[in-house]
Amino acid sequence: MSMPTADYLRFATVALRSYTTRTVLIVLAMALGVASVIALTALGEGARLYINNQFATLGTNLLIVLPGRSETTGMNPAAMMGETPRDLTLDDAEALLRSPYVRRIAPLMVGSVPISFSGREREAVVLGTTSEMQPIRRYTLAQGQFLEAGDASRSGSGCVIGSKLRDELFGPNNALGEWVRVGAWRFRVIGILAQQGQTLGMNTDEIIMIPVASAQALFNSPSLFRIFVEAKSHEVIDKTRAEVRSILTQRHQGEEDITVITQDAVLATFNKIIGALTLAIGGIAAISLIVAGILIMNVMLVAVTQRTAEIGLLKAVGAPGKQILQLFMVEALLLSLLGCVIGIIVGVVGTAILRGAFPDFPAQTPTWAYAMAVLTAVGTALLFSYIPSRRAAALNAVVALARH
Amino acid sequence: MIELIDVHRDFQVGDTVVHALDDISLTMTRGEYVSIMGPSGSGKSTLLNVLGLLDQPSSGEYRLNQRNVTTLNDIEQATVRREQIGFVFQSFHLIPRLTAAENIELPMMLAGIAPLERQRRVRDALQRVTLTDRAEHRPDQLSGGQRQRTAIARAIIMQPSIMLADEPTGNLDRHSGMDVMEILEALNQSGIILIVVTHDQDLGERARRKIKMIDGKIVSDGP
Repeated sequence: MSMPTADYLRFATVALRSYTTRTVLIVLAMALGVASVIALTALGEGARLYINNQFATLGTNLLIVLPGRSETTGMNPAAMMGETPRDLTLDDAEALLRSPYVRRIAPLMVGSVPISFSGREREAVVLGTTSEMQPIRRYTLAQGQFLEAGDASRSGSGCVIGSKLRDELFGPNNALGEWVRVGAWRFRVIGILAQQGQTLGMNTDEIIMIPVASAQALFNSPSLFRIFVEAKSHEVIDKTRAEVRSILTQRHQGEEDITVITQDAVLATFNKIIGALTLAIGGIAAISLIVAGILIMNVMLVAVTQRTAEIGLLKAVGAPGKQILQLFMVEALLLSLLGCVIGIIVGVVGTAILRGAFPDFPAQTPTWAYAMAVLTAVGTALLFSYIPSRRAAALNAVVALARH
Repeated sequence: MIELIDVHRDFQVGDTVVHALDDISLTMTRGEYVSIMGPSGSGKSTLLNVLGLLDQPSSGEYRLNQRNVTTLNDIEQATVRREQIGFVFQSFHLIPRLTAAENIELPMMLAGIAPLERQRRVRDALQRVTLTDRAEHRPDQLSGGQRQRTAIARAIIMQPSIMLADEPTGNLDRHSGMDVMEILEALNQSGIILIVVTHDQDLGERARRKIKMIDGKIVSDGP
């Protein structure tokens, strides 16, 4: 016959209850440690989700083609001859539509040009692109329509402006249908973007979009800044990337002088970095749990000294050393579990308050952080209570009974 | 039945060796009522500790109910203490945070006896020491006599064959002391070996067999 678990728990509970202050203080230390693991990892995970959301607004299944190679290779004929990489052209962009994996493409040119309307002038970022950019980047319009669909190589005079730019140029007046001056050219406002704010460094509220062919004329260059490619599904992204490479390499006389970035790759890098940071923050918080563990050791040592006579009595009435060890370790275990429960409640409530205060920031504790907090709390409690408990178990019964 | 054969217990104190028990041999049989008397330092408490398996002889053999218990390991010795030996201490040694009933229940809890059986036996034991109405009181709410009666109830709860009492009336007034001795002697009537260590002459005289110790040796042993 061995002592039932319920009796171990009851005995420990009564003991913990009779030393209220000490119990409350240790539980508090444990709870703070657990709560900080939960809250801090929630911040880290929130940052990761925030960035993921930002990428999602960029459009899914997206590949971005840049001129030039970012990797260093060995002997490269272009490098030997000191050539700069070949430009990306509109024809290159349209050639990508040959691939069965490509749903749509949108070329992009970027430049900064002064724009003006009836005496007001400011510098603005001009994007030259096509109608396809709207579904790719998920632009929503507050008013009017997006750039007209049609032959991308033909210039047009319609432009779409960001909401802030609209406010600054037109004030309270109607903007749709008005002509604005962009550098030496004139464009008619056909659409106004809905307010979107900052996404990944570009503020769409302050841009002006014009047809790509018009931008080529405005900037006096055929060379594209980027080509946005949307793959038909997530599964074919790798195949699309290979096709994009081979089509453009073929068009550039067998030379692979472009770089293809997939959103997945960028996102994976971000996730990796922030994941590591979250783990590090969680780990730092977990150190506080180890401190709490040392506190438990201290308190258990005091308890063993205070309860020496009791330990002697337990031995006299038939508890072997092993059982006394277990009785004391169950107390430590209960302390840490109580700390975990309170800590989790405080952590979860704290995270919820944080989410309420900053709705844009999806603070959320990852599951592994709960496991880490609980395992560290319980683990250190058991580890650090072992020494005092073993000391209790090893007490000489005669000596212990003499202490009263 | 208790048999001590050539038992020594030596303590190292500084450079000298103190012989707390010096070649003790004795036998006690069922139903015996023995008092162990002697001045302090005579080894009577050490003898009690050895008999109660709280202390180990340095040499010699201790046979309890025909079994050599000197060579048992910690767990086996604990089991023997739990099942064969009841302790009554001068300072009661009740756990202050537990009620009288819970203190009495303690050895059964450690032994893993089922709760229902425990409750039944606690009730019986409380009745035997006439403390039924004090079951839910904590030690600090009990008088000295009531505390010692609680301790006796705890000592008999596992139905031991030996009761070891170390100055059981030392902290009690005369009246409660008599109550306690009467309970212990009633237990002895039912067959338990009762061993009382004391330096109270009157108390020692109550026993049928009186052992006198000086300097670790038995100097007289008889009725």
